[in-house]
Formats: sequence, structure tokens, C-alpha cells
Amino acid sequence: MQLKTHASRLALGLALGSALLAGSAYAEGTDTKRHHPKDEKFSFEGPFGTYDRGELQRGYQVYKEVCAACHAANHLSFHNLDEPGGPEFSEAQAKALANAVRIQAEPNDKGETTDDKGVPLMRPGTLADHFPAPYANENAARANNSGALPPDLSMLVKAREGGAQYVYSILTGFHEKPPAGFKLAEGKYFNPYFEGWNISMPPPLTNNGVSYSDGTKATIEQQAHDVTTFLAWASEPKMEERKRFGFGAMVFLIMLAGVLFMAYRKLWKDQH
Amino acid sequence: MSGPSTYNPKSGFERWLDARLPLPRLMHDTMSTFPTPRNLNIWYTFGGILTFCLAVQIVTGVVLAMHYVANANLAFDSVEAIMREVNYGWLIRYMHSNGASMFFLAVYIHMFRGLYYGSYKNPRELIWIIGVLIYLLMMATAFFGYVLPWGQMSFWGATVITNLFSAIPVVGNSIATWLWGDFAVGDATLNRFFSLHYLLPFIISGVVGLHIWALHVPGNNNPLGIDVKSPQDTVPFHPYYTVKDAFYLVCFIILFAAFVFYSPDFFGSPDNYQPANPLVTPPDIVPEWYLLPFYAMLRSIPNKLLGVIVMGGAIVTLVFIPWLDTSRVRSCRFRPLMKQFFWAFAVACLLLGYCGAQSVDAERFGVPLVWVARIASLYYFAFFWLIMPVIGLIETPKKLPASIAQSVLGDNAATPAE
Repeated sequence: MQLKTHASRLALGLALGSALLAGSAYAEGTDTKRHHPKDEKFSFEGPFGTYDRGELQRGYQVYKEVCAACHAANHLSFHNLDEPGGPEFSEAQAKALANAVRIQAEPNDKGETTDDKGVPLMRPGTLADHFPAPYANENAARANNSGALPPDLSMLVKAREGGAQYVYSILTGFHEKPPAGFKLAEGKYFNPYFEGWNISMPPPLTNNGVSYSDGTKATIEQQAHDVTTFLAWASEPKMEERKRFGFGAMVFLIMLAGVLFMAYRKLWKDQH
Repeated sequence: MSGPSTYNPKSGFERWLDARLPLPRLMHDTMSTFPTPRNLNIWYTFGGILTFCLAVQIVTGVVLAMHYVANANLAFDSVEAIMREVNYGWLIRYMHSNGASMFFLAVYIHMFRGLYYGSYKNPRELIWIIGVLIYLLMMATAFFGYVLPWGQMSFWGATVITNLFSAIPVVGNSIATWLWGDFAVGDATLNRFFSLHYLLPFIISGVVGLHIWALHVPGNNNPLGIDVKSPQDTVPFHPYYTVKDAFYLVCFIILFAAFVFYSPDFFGSPDNYQPANPLVTPPDIVPEWYLLPFYAMLRSIPNKLLGVIVMGGAIVTLVFIPWLDTSRVRSCRFRPLMKQFFWAFAVACLLLGYCGAQSVDAERFGVPLVWVARIASLYYFAFFWLIMPVIGLIETPKKLPASIAQSVLGDNAATPAE
């Protein structure tokens, strides 16, 4: 014990971290480590995997109608929506989507940022605008979510151990029943795929919570799969370009290695 | 350089230049005719590979610095902008971040090769010591670089490492404050780390120049560990080793490219895709893989100052190896006892790396890993300070071959190979 204390002090912060986790244990000595994420298969896995356009477009719909109410996605801009390798909306569609949101306007000719009544001046969004955040700042976000901060979604898949499978598991993990004796913290929801099993986010998806225009049945699983694909793209919008470029680079490198190997063998034939 | 120069300026301009700045002569003697033992194996190609790694890091790093913003409020977003908005920014950045790991992979192979074949022994002590200096500079550069994206692991890694200096008695806290430029890791720290991260690679380049210069005086060691005795033992560096190095370099680049294009975040931590937050400590603060063995040593000592001393001592020890090894034979090929201790040493380093990656109170098969790390650390020091000097005295080496040429070409050695 003495030893452990010292070591923890040494590794600075390790102790604090484990104390935070230990605080949410539901019974002394019982493990509330998050469950291993579900083994959901996605179109973008593997060296040749690409994002399914339909999933991306439906996923954007789920993001916009459900997630965006609480979560920001600061690193995404509307022009990303019509870029190759993404949802690939047409430019007109992307412009329309941007136009539909209100963005706080830059100072006008008189230098004003609010109207006579003190209401901020707004303008329609353009392709160059980032996705607007639902809350003005972190404090506002916490105040509206009983103290919890909804994380930014534009990096989420890359910022979580387990990536897309983790995000999918969280979204579909709410219906599981807590084990007997598990005490849910006040204002929290049970989700065994979340560390500590207490999550502040209420179950975001419901069956037919969105209505897909392409006729896809909007089950919780389908919505979760679509929005996870969308979030994976949000984290790594250049993935398709990367894999395509990588394939060319690999072919070239392997051919170059082959040529060099033959030169090497020929040259050294009599030298060893 | 080794032996008299064989450069023969052909044109009038070459003669004119040679009398004033004999740069072509230098290139000719070091990279073309340089006599190189004919028996160098794959492990000797890593010197060239490391030069390539350094060049890649500098070129990609200079480009990244054109887009990066060293400001605690903007750094994280500027890195993301490189990934999303800059043309091929993702490629440059993934090459740079994975390039660091590939650089260390290559340097560890290079160092273990030197250890195995006794390349640090007379007359190559300075090559080895300069190499240790390069390794130290690499670790500093990599650490500064890891801080720059200003993610959670960047911030907390910087906090843990800089806090180590506060273990120094009396002046420790002042040193930490001086390093930070503030009373905690913050914007001032980020700015100076960026400055140093840009500076150090050029210092490394200079020291690499010394490393190669010092190498070209006695020439390469070789897997047999015996001296070059006649021209038959060597081949000219070009084309024999240029083509061999080129082939293995491209093989290495294929591995590099596999990470860059298909698993670019393999070496990274998901936590570093979360912006730095001084108020939230990640559950596990783990350094990059190449620092893990030292991290394991540090954590296995239940006293901060002692831990820091042990960790520093592990690196400083490397400087003394040329004099700790008492054997007259260089290569482990002919050292049956040393060979076994060498491989045990390699295992100890891997074990330390494994322990460093686990949480501090982890157990495997009922054994607390902190004890595994302690025993491995003990072996690390014993290997250099006890085993090396003693084995050299008591071991009976195997019989050394008469010459490199004879060993490679057999009886054909009698007739010149060229």
C-alpha cells in the first residue's frame, strides 16, 4: 500500500484519475469497468474501406436533428458536406443546409454587433462557416445539461479508445438492464459501455425518432450505425484520400523495392 | 578520412574547385570509394535509414511549422486545420508523427546492433558516445514535439516530465518554474518547447555529421568484429553499399508507409485528440512507446528523486560502455557467454517497455508488474556494470577467422575478388 501510494504520487495524476473512477463504483470492490465495445462492422474499415454515402447522408440527418441539440462539432464546416470522400451532398444542397442556420453576424458598417434592443445580429450561414455550436460557452453547456459537458463530436471517434465501435455501443447500450444492486447516480443513465456505467446523456435515439427520406427503416441500430459512420468521417474526413494515395504509394514502393533487389543481387553475386 | 584520398579531379573546373574547397573530394572519398567491409549484414543498413528518418522529420517539420500556431488557445485547432484544410496536410502530419516512431525503431535496432557486434570498442569509442548524445537529443526533441499538438497527453506528459526536475533537492522547484516560464505548464511552456523542437533537429544534424566523420576514420566495424587487414576485405561503398542500403531503405519505407496510410494513429493515444485541459487528468498518463522502458524504471522506484537518478543513470551508463566491456573480442558471434546475457538484456528492455505501458498497480499472473520492472531495471544496470566487465575477463571466446575475406569467400580469398 505504501509502495502504491508512492508510485501513484510519482506518476502524478494517476492517483487522481483512479480516484475519480473508483468514486462511481456501485459496490465496494465491484468492477464497473466499461464493457468491451460491440463488434459492429463498418464500411470504412480495412485498407480499401470507404464511407457509405447513404450512411453519411442519413448520419448527418441524425446528427443535425438529434445530436446537434447539445453537441458541438467545431471542426466541421458546411463546405465539408460537398467535398469528395464525405457525404457528397451537391454544392446546392450544402449551400441550402448552410443557409438554413443562423450565424452570429460580423460587425456591420456602423460597428454594431447587436440591434437596438441588444439582440445579436444574425446572418444566414455560408459554405465557409463552421457548424454552429448549440451553446455559447462551456458554462452554458453545463448549465443546460445538469453539470455535464457534452463533448465536441467532430473528433469523438478518434478521441475515444475503441473508436467507432465504442460510439456505436454507447448509442445502442442504453436498453441493457443494470445488474442487481447497481445504484444509478442521481440524474444519470445506465450504460455499461461507458466507464463507470453512469452516463449523463439521456438515451438520444428512439425508433423512428427521425424519418429517413430514402425509405430506410429508422431503427435505433440503423440510426446509431449511420450517425457513427458520419462521426467517423467527421474525425477523419481525408480517410478515403489517404487510403487511395496509400495504395498508389505502396504499389510504387514495392515495385521500386523489386528493382532495387534485382540490382542488389546482380551486383553482389560474386562478392559473397 | 580513412587512408589516402583516391580522388582524381578530371576537368579543369574540378581541379580549380579542389584547390579551393575540396567538396567533391570529400563526397568521393566518403560516399564513393570508401572501403567498406564486404560482410556487413542487414543490421548495418540502419545508419543510412536513420539519416533518411532525420531528413524526413526536418522536411515535414518545416512544412508543418508553416501552418502550426504555437499558442495554447490555438495549437490544437491549428493541428486539426492541418489535417482538414491544408492540401496533403494529413500526409505531412502523419509522416511526421509516425516518422518519430520509425526514427526510434531504427535507432534502437542501430544501438542493439552496435552492442551485439561490439561497435563501441576501441577504436570506435567516440562514435558510440556521440551516438548516445544523438539519442539523448532525439528523446528531448521527441518529447518537445509530442507537447505541440496540445492534446490531453501532450499537456499531462509535459506536466509529468517537467515535474521530474522538481525532485532535485533545494533548487528543484525553481528549475521547474524556470522550465515552464510560469508556475505551471502553459502557453509560455508551449512556446519555448516549439522553439526548442525547431532548434534541436539542426543540432542533431550537426552531431550526426560528427558521428559519420568519426566513423570514417577507423571505418565500419563488421559482424565478425575483426579489423580490415587487406583491400580484399572491403568493397567500395558505391555501388555495393549504396544499392544494398537503398534496397533495405525502401523496405523500411514500406513499413513506414503502412503505418502512415493504413494505421496512422497506431502509436498515438486517443486522449491526444482531446484538447489539453489542466482541470481533467487522464486516467493513465503514458508516454510514447520509445520512452516506456525509462518510464517503467522511474515508476518502479518508490522515491521520486531516486527514480529520477535511476532513469538518468540508465542513459548516462551508455556513455561508459566502451570501458565497461573488458573483452578483447568485439563481436558476440565469438562470445558464447556474452551472447546469452545480451539477449537477456534485450528481453529486459522489452519487459520494461511492457511494464511502462501498464497502470502502476497492474498484475500479471499474480505478479505485481512493479516488481517485474524492478528486476528488469536491476538487470539493466547489472548487465553494464557487473556482467560486462566480469564476462570479458572469464569468457573464452571462440576462434576468430583469419580475415573477413577468408570468412566470406572461403578459399577463394587467395585470388583477388575484384
